[in-house]
Amino acid sequence: MTAANGAPTLVVDGLQTHFHTRAGLLKAVDGVSFTVEKGRILGLVGESGSGKSVTGFSIIGLVDPPGRVVGGRILFNGEDLAQASESRLRDLRGNRIAMIFQDPMMTLNPVLRIDTQMVEALQAHQKMDRATALARARDALGQVGIPSPDERLKSYPHQFSGGMRQRVAIAIALLNRPDVIIADEPTTALDVTIQAQILFEAQKLCREVGTALIWITHDLSVVAGLADEICVMYAGKVVEQGAVDRVLDHPLHPYTRGLIGSVPSRNRRGQPLTQIPGMAPSPLALPAGCSFRPRCPRADEGCKVPPPMAELAPGRYARCIHPHLEEAAAA
Amino acid sequence: MTVFLIRRLMQAVVVLFVMSLIVFIGVYAIGNPIDILISPEADQIERERAIEALGLHLPMWEQYLVFLQRAVTGDLGRSFAFSTPALELIVERMPATLELAIAAMGISILVGIPLGMWAGFRPESLAGRAIMAGSILGFSLPTFWVGLMLIMVFAVHLGWLPSTGRGETVEFLGLQVSIFTLDGWSHLLLPAFNLALFKMALVIRLTRAGMRENLLMDYVKFARAKGLSTGRVIFVHVMKNIMIPVVTILGLELGSVIAFAVVTETIFAWPGMGKLIIDSINQLDRPVIVAYLLITVSMFIIINLVVDILYSVLDPRVRLKEMKS
Ligand SMILES: Nc1ncnc2c1ncn2[C@@H]1O[C@H](COP(=O)(O)OP(=O)(O)O)[C@@H](O)[C@H]1O
Ligand code: SF4
Ligand SMILES: [Mg+2]
Repeated sequence: MTAANGAPTLVVDGLQTHFHTRAGLLKAVDGVSFTVEKGRILGLVGESGSGKSVTGFSIIGLVDPPGRVVGGRILFNGEDLAQASESRLRDLRGNRIAMIFQDPMMTLNPVLRIDTQMVEALQAHQKMDRATALARARDALGQVGIPSPDERLKSYPHQFSGGMRQRVAIAIALLNRPDVIIADEPTTALDVTIQAQILFEAQKLCREVGTALIWITHDLSVVAGLADEICVMYAGKVVEQGAVDRVLDHPLHPYTRGLIGSVPSRNRRGQPLTQIPGMAPSPLALPAGCSFRPRCPRADEGCKVPPPMAELAPGRYARCIHPHLEEAAAA
Repeated sequence: MTVFLIRRLMQAVVVLFVMSLIVFIGVYAIGNPIDILISPEADQIERERAIEALGLHLPMWEQYLVFLQRAVTGDLGRSFAFSTPALELIVERMPATLELAIAAMGISILVGIPLGMWAGFRPESLAGRAIMAGSILGFSLPTFWVGLMLIMVFAVHLGWLPSTGRGETVEFLGLQVSIFTLDGWSHLLLPAFNLALFKMALVIRLTRAGMRENLLMDYVKFARAKGLSTGRVIFVHVMKNIMIPVVTILGLELGSVIAFAVVTETIFAWPGMGKLIIDSINQLDRPVIVAYLLITVSMFIIINLVVDILYSVLDPRVRLKEMKS
């Protein structure tokens, strides 16, 4: 998978993050692997509760108790973050690896001015006087398309709209020019036009600066125009992985196929939308074998054995024993 | 801002007026002060003269009108017992009470906020649980009992601190204050702590609840995701959010601390307004009672106003012009 432009920025390999809850052991992330290269965008997709956010928090070491990374490696430029100390992680957080959250109304501190929240992000990682930091903050705001950044620096979060706040959050993430940005559903709370603008800008920035981007979403249509690669998650596991166009055009896994069928799309106009039957299983009581089995139209006795992740076609991975290979072959 | 102040001022006048009427009727109903003020041996003529001098021969509504007339010129009448202006009597005692109340507030903040923050930061720890148990005691033990215990332990048994009086005072800005002398402090410490106990428990609970609530917020996670140190996240991000409700509620409570000082002042023989009002009630010294209540209500009104302004300074989301009342 390693491309010509050097070693991958981030390799997640067999990541397991478990929560020791009162109700039992909750395997929120159970063996997730993927690779992100410099300047590339990985879309991490799945229904709510599939473990996307926990995967993101695991990477920056912010899983809250009772959760813990219990297995796997998180190689950031070759260094295993799963073994890193808290102080090392703090050095990297916001500096080399940044994260943006879903709800822009909640992520900025309501009682601190934007300049305070930006300057501290710079000064946490390097000795820098306030004037220089302010200049950097102003540049970052300009970069994400915020008009008259000088004035805006002196504002409080409540003086911005939701879309503007998310831009501020993105600007904060960009401040230290990180190698990786993890964006956890950053446009879900915004309306469609603003979402489109932010997606466009995120993509542009990523290509220009060479930042690796992990874009978490439950919305396939977001990933379609944005990502290079896609990872589809179900119940804490990656069930399908590959180049975004090929996966969306010819999904191999029945779950991916179900997801695509439930999204309106131009090239399938006139066809009815189909909902995946049933509900996502409780992560505390996953069915034996393939977790998707109770909802899968192709399930049979053979699916009671956990299917392995397999390369079913060049660059195409899926975790299923009856994949939709015939369509892929026909294409 | 000006509109806001004018509106508040008008409200204050109405409240004071209604208040004075209620108090006047109330005190009138309690009893006739003449029976207490005049010695039983006094003859009828002496008695008549005294009644007339105090204005007690008029019907109640007329007495009230006389009182109102004088009140608007700033004269709240003369004390029956001391024959000095009631206002003067109270103002003389006010610094002692204010000093006690502010010292109590200071103690409850300086002790309560750190304890509450720790209890909210580590709710499952032994210290966190102990702090919460302590705050329950602070809430439920009666002030007078704690006061007596404090005297027993620190004044009687250990003999570390004096049990009564105010100690040596120094003039400061025209007021007699005791916090500038060691003797003054030694006298202030026990009563202030006694008065602080209840508020301390309140501060601990407020701070702990705010801490727990705020720690779960996304902005904390985002601040951590920026790579900030735990210290900065707690003492800048979280603390600033917690302080808004704590300051607001404490400010409002300052009035009730002044009112509650009555109990503490009585136990520790602290020469403040609280002790004066108890004495005045015993003697049915009507002008002093009315003046005390009017002044206390005025203080409540001023404190509320200051708190509202402070709140709008602390919380950028609130601006005074948006405040309705
Ligand atoms: N703090 C927590 N305590 C217990 N369980 C959690 C916690 N955070 C997440 N989980 C569980 O982990 C699973 C994955 O959650 P998450 O990663 O947030 O899903 P999503 O894909 O919607 O982002 C869910 O079943 C959720 O209930
Ligand atoms: S393994 Fe079986 S149950 Fe699981 S997705 Fe494939 S066909 Fe469906
Ligand atoms: Mg999520």
